[in-house]
Amino acid sequence: MKTSNNARASNPIYRRRVWVNRFNMLMSLATMSFGMVFLIWILVTLFGKGFAAFGPALFTQMTPPPGSDGGLANAILGSVMMVGASVLIATPIGIMAGIYLAEVGRESLIANIARFVNDILLSAPSIVIGLFVYTAIVFQFKQYSGWAGAAALAIIAVPVIVRTTENMLLLVPNSLREAAFAVGAPLWQVVLKVTLKAVRGGVITGVLLALARVAGETAPLLFTALNNQFWSTDMSAPMANLPVVIFQFAMSPYEDWQRLAWAGALLITLTVLLLNILARTVFRQKTQ
Amino acid sequence: MDATSTRTFARQDAIFARSTQFFAVLVLVTLLAIIISLIHGAWPTLTKVGPKFLVDGSWDPVRSLFGGLAPLWGTLITATIAMVIAVPVSFGIAIFLTEMCPPVLKRPLGTAVELLAAIPSIIYGMWGLFIFAPLFGEYVQPFLAATIGKLPFIGVLFQGPTIGIGVLTAGIILSVMVIPFTASVMRDVFETTPPILKESAYGLGATTWEVVWNVVLPYTKTGVVGGVMLGLGRALGETMAVTFVIGNAYNISLALFEPGNSIASSLANEFNEASDPLHMSALIALGLVLFLLTFCVLAASRWMLSSLAKREGKRT
Repeated sequence: MKTSNNARASNPIYRRRVWVNRFNMLMSLATMSFGMVFLIWILVTLFGKGFAAFGPALFTQMTPPPGSDGGLANAILGSVMMVGASVLIATPIGIMAGIYLAEVGRESLIANIARFVNDILLSAPSIVIGLFVYTAIVFQFKQYSGWAGAAALAIIAVPVIVRTTENMLLLVPNSLREAAFAVGAPLWQVVLKVTLKAVRGGVITGVLLALARVAGETAPLLFTALNNQFWSTDMSAPMANLPVVIFQFAMSPYEDWQRLAWAGALLITLTVLLLNILARTVFRQKTQ
Repeated sequence: MDATSTRTFARQDAIFARSTQFFAVLVLVTLLAIIISLIHGAWPTLTKVGPKFLVDGSWDPVRSLFGGLAPLWGTLITATIAMVIAVPVSFGIAIFLTEMCPPVLKRPLGTAVELLAAIPSIIYGMWGLFIFAPLFGEYVQPFLAATIGKLPFIGVLFQGPTIGIGVLTAGIILSVMVIPFTASVMRDVFETTPPILKESAYGLGATTWEVVWNVVLPYTKTGVVGGVMLGLGRALGETMAVTFVIGNAYNISLALFEPGNSIASSLANEFNEASDPLHMSALIALGLVLFLLTFCVLAASRWMLSSLAKREGKRT
């Protein structure tokens, strides 16, 4: 054994291979650390600056004019309302379309095209979605509104729900479907009472992921919901929302606005991370 | 079971199939509606300026000059910088996660990468503006300008004002944002390699690198390219991470320290202020160009990822 090791170690080809391997694995480790350093750096900054501006006033006071104290209450309300409305609109559409892809259309032409289009919409630039809603809704009614914002967010949420619903339904073993068909159940009962029920957790995961996805979207709200300095629950008028307020405040030269922007950024990130973690735990619990 | 209930069931099923199909078609119609409404909105520019829009570099709303080359150039150049950094780094991270990582750390690190992909892009933009750009402008840019900037040919790239904000900064922030995406797709793709292939190679005495380079990569190459294209699609259309740091100036320059504009950042900065109909239609035309560009990239990516999945014998 010893001699063969020595023979290998003195073989130049073998030595080169070992060194190439060591070097490349070291590079791989370096890239991992590079990624982690940046990402930890971002999170540390976010938490440091965000918590420094955190306080009860954030949730009770309105967005202030520059130079005075305030909070983000109206923006939080606007975001919750628009994100909530968008997911309420998107959930039934997404689940139905997902059912079609997995259970009804399967490999038919329409299903294949819809699946392809859905994947494109899943990663389409969100600012273009905002542009579309502007020309289709805002421009027609001559009015920026919370509803337009919700519509733009819904267009972004639907593909997420379609994709997860379809993927989850495909996980259901065929024997379960066959058993239900064998006792004489029609397709709609097989889907609604057997397969969809079996993947309830997965579908909830999809909805939570869609919530997380739209909660942080800024670009589609710029030309649709616009912004509003005041407390407003009227979805047919311009509406304050966290991402646009953060954008406006962070780009401003006023320090107290920038502090509020960091607090808002932390709030959004925590919400998004929490929703993602929740989605994962729901998925793990319900699919075991 | 009697005949009437069979017939009722058949009718119910037909309604069920139709109604689910309606929603699937709705998704399709959304895409068509997006394209049609963008073409409609961009019509004045498309007819008045025509194809020259893509090669004309003068953008001046005050003089009603609308050439789309500057923002298109900015989009392509920032996305290129982002991918030049993100591809090797994501590749390294994916190798680390699939081949090197101790099993205990595999799940937490993989989850960390996926969670980071979920962080809203506005956070990356803010961090870039307040933290990264000042440091980059003070320490890194003068150093780059004094070293690489002096070299022939590639030196041209590393010139311009060292203020921290500009095309290069935007590209770097974009790459930091894209890395988690591409890395997690690449990891998923690497994991589709049948273990028996890798074990055979290891059994013949191959090193880890040889297994990755000669077994895993050839087996998954379409998937890897698909993952890279997916990242590219994100980078081309990203708004917030770029708008904060790109500097909002209509420049067409090889010097990467110069401020610039991407299509998405021009839209974010100008669209609400555009009162002149021609200005607005030129911005919508930019949006149309961006949409078509990402559409092609994403379609290619989808096609590649699905051809890998087909070979694997299951649909994704």
